[in-house]
Order: sequence, then structure tokens, then C-alpha cells
Amino acid sequence: MAVTGYERVLHVEEQGYSTEHARRLEEMWESKPGLRGFLSSVDHKEIGIRYLVTAFGFLIVGGVEALIMRVQLARPNQALLTPEQYDQLFSMHGITMIFLYALPVLSGFSNYLFPLVLGARDMAFPRLNAYSYWIYLASGIFMYASLVMGLAPNDGWFSYVPYALKAYNPGPNLDFYALGMVFYGISTTVGSVNFVVTFLRMRAPGMSINRVPILTWGTLTASVGNLFAVPSVSLAFLMMWTDRQFGTHFFTQDSGGQPLLWQHLFWMFAHPWVYVVVLPAMGLVSDALPFFCRRPLVGYTVVVLATVTTMVLGFGVWLHHMFATGLPFIALSFFSAASFVITIPSAVAVFAWIATIWTGRPVITTAFLFFAGFIAMFVVGGVSGVMTAAVPVDRQLTDTYFVVAHIHYVLIGINLFAVMGALYVWLPKMTGRLLSERLGRWNFWTVLIGFNLGFFPMHILGLMGMPRRVYTYEADLGWGTLNLVTSAGSFLLAIGILLLLVNIAMSLSNGVPAGDNPWDAPTLEWATPSPPPPYNFPVVPMVASRHPLWEERLGETEAGHSELLRGPLLADGKEALATSGLDAQPEAILKMPEDSYAPFVVTLAMSVGFTGLLLHEWWVAGAGGLGVLAGALVWLWPEASLGQKAEREA
Amino acid sequence: MPLRPRTRWTMDRIALAAPAVVLPRHALAAGLADAPMNYVVTHGLQGRAVTPLLWGLGAISVAVVVIISLLVVVGTLRRRAPRMHLPSDGQMPVERPEGGLSWIAIGVGVSTVVLLGMMGWTATTMARIARPPTQPALTIDIRAQQWWWAVRYESGDPTRILDTANEIHIPVGKPVEFKLESRDVIHSFWVPALGGKTDVIPGQTNMAWLQAERPGVYRGQCAEYCGQQHGHMGLVIVAEPPDQFEAWMANQLASAKTADNGPVRAGQDDFVQRCGICHAVRGTLAHGVLGPDLTHLMSRGSIAAATLPNRVAYLSGWIANPQTIKPGARMPTLDISGPELARIRGFLETLK
Repeated sequence: MAVTGYERVLHVEEQGYSTEHARRLEEMWESKPGLRGFLSSVDHKEIGIRYLVTAFGFLIVGGVEALIMRVQLARPNQALLTPEQYDQLFSMHGITMIFLYALPVLSGFSNYLFPLVLGARDMAFPRLNAYSYWIYLASGIFMYASLVMGLAPNDGWFSYVPYALKAYNPGPNLDFYALGMVFYGISTTVGSVNFVVTFLRMRAPGMSINRVPILTWGTLTASVGNLFAVPSVSLAFLMMWTDRQFGTHFFTQDSGGQPLLWQHLFWMFAHPWVYVVVLPAMGLVSDALPFFCRRPLVGYTVVVLATVTTMVLGFGVWLHHMFATGLPFIALSFFSAASFVITIPSAVAVFAWIATIWTGRPVITTAFLFFAGFIAMFVVGGVSGVMTAAVPVDRQLTDTYFVVAHIHYVLIGINLFAVMGALYVWLPKMTGRLLSERLGRWNFWTVLIGFNLGFFPMHILGLMGMPRRVYTYEADLGWGTLNLVTSAGSFLLAIGILLLLVNIAMSLSNGVPAGDNPWDAPTLEWATPSPPPPYNFPVVPMVASRHPLWEERLGETEAGHSELLRGPLLADGKEALATSGLDAQPEAILKMPEDSYAPFVVTLAMSVGFTGLLLHEWWVAGAGGLGVLAGALVWLWPEASLGQKAEREA
Repeated sequence: MPLRPRTRWTMDRIALAAPAVVLPRHALAAGLADAPMNYVVTHGLQGRAVTPLLWGLGAISVAVVVIISLLVVVGTLRRRAPRMHLPSDGQMPVERPEGGLSWIAIGVGVSTVVLLGMMGWTATTMARIARPPTQPALTIDIRAQQWWWAVRYESGDPTRILDTANEIHIPVGKPVEFKLESRDVIHSFWVPALGGKTDVIPGQTNMAWLQAERPGVYRGQCAEYCGQQHGHMGLVIVAEPPDQFEAWMANQLASAKTADNGPVRAGQDDFVQRCGICHAVRGTLAHGVLGPDLTHLMSRGSIAAATLPNRVAYLSGWIANPQTIKPGARMPTLDISGPELARIRGFLETLK
């Protein structure tokens, strides 16, 4: 076919979900049944659900690790674990929750929701999307293989050198982590690229950049952040691995290296990462809280600007993890000030949510309760963060349980509370069935009480001087009682999370059918059936306001009316519409790829390659590399159906 | 403005008064008396500036959490909508009331002012603790290592250079300077009652200073994760009136009193043979530097880096089986016979 064959005028028509046209789309977009479909599917909904399930799997594993540690710490001088076992457990707990749960669970929501809320048929790069999931899974298994062998990383998720170097850590423990993180970084990077391009180019016509749901702003911001932050950590771990295996001297002080260099490279990544794992969650709340307040979010524009500002400032505060490293006060004072200032955009979001509640008419559902709890927990984690911004105070607080409390209020408060609320909201869209509100109340209150019982006393333990990462403590230090309370609370929290899983299981087996729009919510995903068909929308919707399903009631019709079932058909094979970056004017018809085994195969080859590197079996690593190359060739081979083989006319 | 001892600062009083309104400060302080590592009640000169800041920020934090939580709860209950029928029939009203943005303007405005105030307070506090108010009376080299602290008192006079371990004596009311070096991985030097942490990083010498305001025994601990026995890397600072400190110093500078024969001598020979590779006792042939200097072991309150009280039973247990008490510690479990252990212990008990 010639290039001009792809140039055609969009055919606009009215089509519903139960028409002949929709049936044809279904045939085109559906994945094959069974294992073949499982290994080859590029459907963003399928991939989103896999992300969610896998992330929850890791959440449970990481939670069990935490509970074992809490048994060990419940009383002074316990010997349930050896120091080495404890060190491996706290390291894996951090790695699991921060890398294998916190971001992937949000990627799950974003993958599932991006095309649906943007009015698209899939992500911009569906195969890359599948690939980012497979790499995430493979790198998670790669890192966990170490624990199965009792050789898990034992230097924390922060892996400070020189303890992480060969002289003090001769086993393969840290090699699993270093290579695993380089591996995992590939997943984050390609996933981020996909979100950025999807946000910029896949929005429904008329969905200008000030009409998109905030959750996409959160994920966009986090993804751009990742593209700047991940290179730092991938490089750092690669340097650590070469220091360990080939005698380079990036981090060894004897030969001109610098142990502190590691901390800079690590925190330049890891502090922005904290915002990466909360901004999309804040976006979920900013979108869903208004469903239950029966009004649009207060201050859409300032909340978006605050989101972006947080990420930008987030790159200028990494030194506050290093206030005790002996750097001069003049340098520290800059980072201290930046750490205070970064609170301001967070305050914008908090007051926007409160204003939405106060000026709305709240409907108290389980999801609403989780969001309300989220705001309160957010503030606890926020103010304890402000306390650590003050250098002299931080030099007492740092590396004590006060900071353990802080990080858990941030990660559980801002991530897990938002995620659990979001599950109550969007799981019915994914499964077609509501979760039980009755069990939901039990779920919420158990989690709220268990969490605060388990983690609030850690603030006090920190003020009582209990250092982090100790496998036990002496009775005369006075930490016994609060540790017992903390352990009890953590088990209650675990029961709360178990109730969520029970609720999901019961909903799947006999939940109340959700219908298209159980919350009477305003955004595009609620205009689709629950669960949505593989093609999402029978026609590409045309959007005229920020709240397409509420616009009549809100009188948001100055730009016309949104058309949800009348729009471009795009049914000449798998097709999607590319629109312009700011105004979302239609620009091109995209030929979307079929399902493919290539992402899975490339991931397998890459796993072989990384295993070869780990074992020093260079020929295995080389074979893996060749496999990656072959798989990538198959993946990228030009196809006529994708418009990659057109001839240009002379 | 540098710190001066025995000066009342208006800011301190304001800061201490503020939390007293919000928190039952004295009750809390009493409860924390049983926690020797706490830093909400401090006894060092730095604490004069830092501890009020800690309390002040803590009080503001508690107030913010209470206010925001109340706003969320009251806002939720105030104009609750009737229970939603699920799944929704699409009949719930939706509206866009005015006035929301002023919440953001006021809330963020107030937050910004409070934050700027905290920033200013932090900056002045940093200026006050940056340097000790007077020339340090003493310089002490700390060499941190897995999992204990080698201590060396510096002096221009070579006969007054003193090596000891894990228990540091300082004179009350005088600033003491610490030069921090690591022999292996990163550690962090921390005695909460006297001041904040300073990391001990291989390849660089970090400086810290402390000044005890009243006599006492202050417990410290390594605060940067450093491996298996990170949890048992304690230290103790004993702050004494200057004359007592001088007496302690004079005693420590002396070599161990050794016996020429008898059971103590036999114990000494066993010690030199079995322990002298790693440990030093000045006045004997034991010159090891891998483990703590034990010349005046019995003058110390604890053993094994502030892990066990220095009593005979613990000492025997530690010598016989350190790997049970601190698994992974560098001190190996030697195959020491019962009589041998008794002789070595007998010798150690003479190291006053």
C-alpha cells in the first residue's frame, strides 16, 4: 500500500456497545483465550490487572516479612531470628514494599485507567506496556530468588557502601540486588515513557490538557520524574556491581573512591522516588473524592500545578537524608529550606481536598472513608517530615524509629490508603461487581486502628532513642512496652488487609452487579460497561468539558456537549486516534499492534542474561543478550498492517 | 550567635512554654526517664538550643494534625448526603458551590507563614550549635569499627595519650571535640542526651563536639546500620566534675599492675597467649589492636560495647561464648577450658 492509502477523512458515526460494529471491534481487539492469550496479550486492562495482582502478591509477602520482624521485636532480647536473618528480612521488606509494591500497584491503576479516562482504545505503546509488566515480574522473581536461597540482600534497600562491597559482604546477596535493580529500572523506564506519550498523544478529541482527570497528571508527573531519577540509581547499582566484581573503585576510599558518592547517587533517585509513589495515589484521590462529595474538585488548576511543583522540588531535597554525614552547615541549610518549602504544594492538595469535602455533600462510602483517612494520615506523615527538615532536630531523629514511623505514614498513609479506597471505587469497573460496603466498614476501621496502633507509637520509640535496623534491644532501654503495642497493631493491620482480600474474593464470587456507573461519577471510564470490552469505546468519544457525565447537571456546556457514542469509528483494523499535545485536536490515525509473544520472549532472554551476569557465566549472559537481540528484531520487524511498509510515491 | 552556657534565652522560654500548653510535658518527661536513650530531655549544651526546637516543631505538628483531622471529620459529618443507593441510579444531585478556593488561599497562606517561621528558627539554631562556645578542653579520637568504639585521648605530651574503648570520660561544663574515623564501614556516633548524630565515614574525618551540663552516665549507640551487630554497638559517656575526671585520667594513664607469680600471673600468661593477639593490656606482652584495649577493664561499667553489665558472671559468659551473645561479632568463641577461663578471669579482675 502507498503512504496516501493511510490518509483518509475520519468517518464519524453513532454506534453503541451492542451493534454489529462493536462486535467487529471485539473480534479485532480480543486476546486469544488460554495460555497463548496470557503470554501475548497487550491489552492495557489485562496488563493493569496483572500489575495490581502481582503488586498485591508482593504486598502480602512484604507484609509477612514485617510480621516476622515484629514478633522478633515484640520483647527485648528475643532470639527468633539470627541477626543475619533479621537483616535480610528488613532489607527485603523495604525492597519489596518500595519497589515491588508501591509503584507497580499505581502503575496497575494507571495502566488500567489511562486509556479509559482519556477516551482511547489502548496505551500508546501496547507491546512496551506488556514488556514493562514482564520485566517487573521477572526482576521481582530475580531479587526474590536470593531469599529462597537464604542469600537475600542484607544491607537495606539503601545499601550503603562500603558495607555493601565485597570486603564486608562477600556473598552474592548484594549482586542479586544490584543487578535486580538495573533490571527493574528497565521496566520503570519503559513504563514511564509509555505513560508520558499516552498522556500527550492519546487523549480523546476535545480533551484539552486542562480537562484530563488529575490521576493522569499525577502519573505523568511521576513518570517524567522517573525518567530523570532512574538513570541515577541504575548507574549507581551498576557501579556498585563493578566495584564488587571487577575491582573498580567508585566507592572505595583507599583508591580515590568516595563512599558518600553512593549516598548522593542513591538519594538523588530515592527521594524523588518517594514522590513517584505518592503523586499518582494523590491523583486517584483527587479524582475519586469528588465522586462522593457530589461536586468537582476544588482548585483543579492549583492542584495540578502543586503536583508538578512537588516533583520539581523533589529533586532538590535529597541531601536531607544526609544531614549527619558531616557536610558543611551552609550546604545543609539550602536543603533544609527546600525541605520546608516542599510542604507548601502538599498543603495546596490537602486544603483542596478539605474544601471539596466542606463545600460538597459527602456520601459516606467505604472508599470515602479511606480517602478521609488518607488525608489525616497524609498530614501525620507530612508534619513528621517537616520535623526532619530541621537539620539540628534531624540529627537526633534520623535513623531512629521516628523516621520508621514517618516513612510508614507516608507509604501506608498516602499510598496504601489511597490504593484501598481506589480499589473500592474502580474494582467494580474491572470486575463488574461491587465490593461489600458492610465488610468494607470493618476493613476500613480495622486498617485505620491497626495502622495507628502499630505505627504511631514508633514516633515515641524514636524519641526514646530506639535506632532503626536493630535486630533486638536490651530491656533496660525502656523500649519493651511500646514495641509490644506496635507488634500488636501490626497484626491488627494485617487482619484489616486480609478483610480487603476476603471482600474482593466474596465480590468476585457473588458481588452485586455494578452497572456502568455505580457511583454516578463524571469521567469517561464510567461511560463504558463494567468490565469494559477489549476495545473500550465503540467510537472515539468527543469531549467538551472536564466532567463529560456531569456536564449537563453542572452547566459545563459553554464549549458544547460531549459526544460519547458518536465519533470516529476507526475500525479498519486495530486503530486509535493520535491528538495534539495541548488541545487534543485529531492529528493521525494510529495502527495499533496485534498481541505478540515478543515482549515475553525478550524478557525471558533478558532474565537469562542477568542470571549469567550474576553467576559470572559470561557465555550464558552472551546467549541471553543474543536472545534479546533476536526477540527485539521479531518485535520491531516492519509490518504492513502497522503501516510500517508503505511506499512513498515518487 | 554561639551558645553560652548558663544563659537564659527568651526563645527557649517561649519554645518550652508553647508545648507545655499542648502537651503534658512533665508527665511525658517522667515517663521517658526510664528510657536512657531519649532526647526529649537533654543534658548537653547543644540541647539548650536544639531540644526546644524539637519540642516546638513537635507541638506545631501535633496541632496541625489535630486541626486537619477535625476539619476532615467535621466537614464530613456537617452536610452529609443521604446514603447512596448502590449501584447508583444516576439521580444523585451534583453541584458546584462557590467559595472553595478561599480554603486553599487561607490554608496555604497560614501554612507558609508557619513554615517560614520554622525555617528561621532552624537556621538560628544551626548557627548556635555550629561551633563550641569556647576552645575545646579535650580532643578525643574515635575509631569506630564493627562493632565497638576505639577511643584515644589526644595530647601534645606523648605520655598523656590514652587508649581505651567504649566508655568515654569527659569533664562536665567543658566542650569536648571528637575526631571521628572509621576502620571499616559507616557508623554513626550518637549520645542522645548530649547531642545529635555525626556519621563516621571511612576515608574522611568528621568532627563533632559535645558539652555535658551536668554529671551523669549517658548512653550512646551506633546509629547507622553497620552489619549484624549494629544493634549491640553501644557506648557510654561518663561526665564528671573536672577533679574526678583528672583522677580518672591519672589512673587510666598508668599501666596495669602485674604480678610476678601466683595464680594472677598464670592468668596473665594465659591471657597474653590466648587473647593478646587482639587485645592490649599495657604493662604486659599483650599488644593487640584488633579488639578493645583492656588495661583498666574493671574501671568500666559495661563490656562488649555497652551490651552487658561488667560483672563477673557476664564477663565469664562473654569470654567463653561471645558468639552466642553477639552472633557475628569479631571476637571468636575460643576453645577455652574451665580452669583456663577461671585464671584469665582472675587476671582481668585485677585490672582496676
